[in-house]
Amino acid sequence: MNFSQIINMGGYAAYVWPAYGITLAVFGLNLFLALNEKRRIKKQLPENNR
Amino acid sequence: MFHWIQKRFLAPKAFYRSSGYFLPWISLLFILCFSYGLISGLFIAPADYQQGDGFRIMYVHVPSAFTSMAIYLVMASCAVVTLVWRVKIAAICMSCSAPIGAWFTFLALITGSIWGKPMWGTWWIWDARLTSVLILLFLYLGFIALQSVMADQQTRDRTGAVIAIVGVINLPIIHYSVIWWNTLHQGPSISQFAKPAIATPMLNPLLAMIAAFILFYVVILFLRVRNQILLRKML
Repeated sequence: MNFSQIINMGGYAAYVWPAYGITLAVFGLNLFLALNEKRRIKKQLPENNR
Repeated sequence: MFHWIQKRFLAPKAFYRSSGYFLPWISLLFILCFSYGLISGLFIAPADYQQGDGFRIMYVHVPSAFTSMAIYLVMASCAVVTLVWRVKIAAICMSCSAPIGAWFTFLALITGSIWGKPMWGTWWIWDARLTSVLILLFLYLGFIALQSVMADQQTRDRTGAVIAIVGVINLPIIHYSVIWWNTLHQGPSISQFAKPAIATPMLNPLLAMIAAFILFYVVILFLRVRNQILLRKML
């Protein structure tokens, strides 16, 4: 496959790329939510509990 | 024996320590499986003879659907352990699994919808498979909503556990929905009893992606459970 074929996805580009994009976005969001929660909890805990 | 396991692995302190040890390795394994699955699924696996390159949506759809059900099974198992043995870490795992499971179910529905449009000609249809997966999403959301309105920790854990166990009935319904009812959705291509109905160069990226999604769930679960251990001052 050359580059334009990859982008085009055999005419299914409008479906394939959004599906992968949403997947990556959901993964990123889950990671962010978990790490953000950790940051918030550590902020409100006293020093010796970290 | 049970007390030894409890103290060595299931006590919050022990869990915090061992999960901290395993997290980097699980994350590394996830990155390896995910990048292999992505690259070979998108660029190397041959196009399907009927669906062309459109079938590549399978590599995110099937793993998210599989993982969404696997997470529910983990949740229900944790619920049993919570009710029978009152293991605190099981109740925490149960509660922390729910939002992750909801996200994976959401992902399965969205990617399925995007796949359905070019192949079936519709984004959505009220058939058995799609409806039962939507019910799975509502089970997750119901569990989260129910737990969020309860103040007492013990009531939260026990009511949540009962709901999680009752909802297990939906899992075989989802699995067999494509066999029991007439549906647009295709039957399973991989089963533990038969040879997979999918060619090896297409199958390998799929298996890698399923492994990657499960590993990602474990990573997020560990992160969330560790947060709860910190929050509840169990260290």
